[in-house]
Amino acid sequence: MTMTEDLLAPRPDEELVFDANPVQADRITHYCPGCHHGIAHRLVTEVLHEMGVAPQTILVASVGCATFTYDYMLVDSVEAPHGRASAVATGVKRARPDRIVYAYQGDGDMGSIGLAEALHAANRGERITVIFVNNTVYGMTGGQMAPTTLLGQKTTTTPKGRNMATEGAPLRMSELMAQLDGVIYAERCALNTVRNIRAAKKAIRKAFEVQRAGLGYSFVELLSGCPTNWHMDPVAANERIGKDMIPVFPLGVYKDATGGRPDGAAKEADHE
Amino acid sequence: MSRIVLLEERCKGCLLCTTVCPRNILRKSERFNHQGYQVVEAGDNAAECTGCAACAVICPDVVIRVFRTRKARDGRGGDA
Repeated sequence: MTMTEDLLAPRPDEELVFDANPVQADRITHYCPGCHHGIAHRLVTEVLHEMGVAPQTILVASVGCATFTYDYMLVDSVEAPHGRASAVATGVKRARPDRIVYAYQGDGDMGSIGLAEALHAANRGERITVIFVNNTVYGMTGGQMAPTTLLGQKTTTTPKGRNMATEGAPLRMSELMAQLDGVIYAERCALNTVRNIRAAKKAIRKAFEVQRAGLGYSFVELLSGCPTNWHMDPVAANERIGKDMIPVFPLGVYKDATGGRPDGAAKEADHE
Repeated sequence: MSRIVLLEERCKGCLLCTTVCPRNILRKSERFNHQGYQVVEAGDNAAECTGCAACAVICPDVVIRVFRTRKARDGRGGDA
């Protein structure tokens, strides 16, 4: 037994209160230091593990930094063309209605390239769950403006900052989703503080419970940091979420048409 | 005392954990791992750990394992 293995064994008077979950691959991710995809991956896999549904779950991965999600979440998976994860998830769910099907999409993928597919899947009330990671920038391609980029934010395609007159205002997906009759649940969370991360896990649990109960479409937006493309260190990037992002993208439940169903789902959110 | 175990090879040195520890136990070390990142470490006051697991909750890279001593349990909840 190595020293680390020895340390990893609880002593008689101890309880292991935080451990990795078996649905998340024991693999170092390609994500940059301080990237919140890692937190989002952990929350989703913890929820699937705690619900005991991972063997019956199918992930539809998107395009962007999160493309390799299928390497990190130990569930069956399909890779969708850019932006079309919600459309592919529609097909998967209709073919296999007994499975839990979710798409994991970024803001460039879902808010720009795949906006039509995303909104129509939601409007049709497809019985899928979409985890939407909003970090206000295209990450993988090198930091171009996304639909969610904040006004004044500098990106490679808005070198002087996003300008309302020429590029428009940040797109608010949770608010859009809330307007659609097919949407049963829509909540915006953030991954910047311990309290918000715990609230995000409850929201993700609720979204998957909505699908398990067959109620309809569920959506969780996660405000996330991208230190690399924000040109900030991870701690400063984390602070930016509370300071600049949450005022533009307020946290909360935007739609809850569950009517108290399903039983045992998450309680009221507790955002900061 | 409660305690944490840092799986140093997983760490990317983002230091988010250092911002949430209520006892300021975590700090940047002088060591680099095989990924090339300057990793975090528990400081001299590691014995003050309450087992709250805030560090593990915010860590994007599942670096931290938290062990809470039973008598030290304070109802602050560790899982998230």
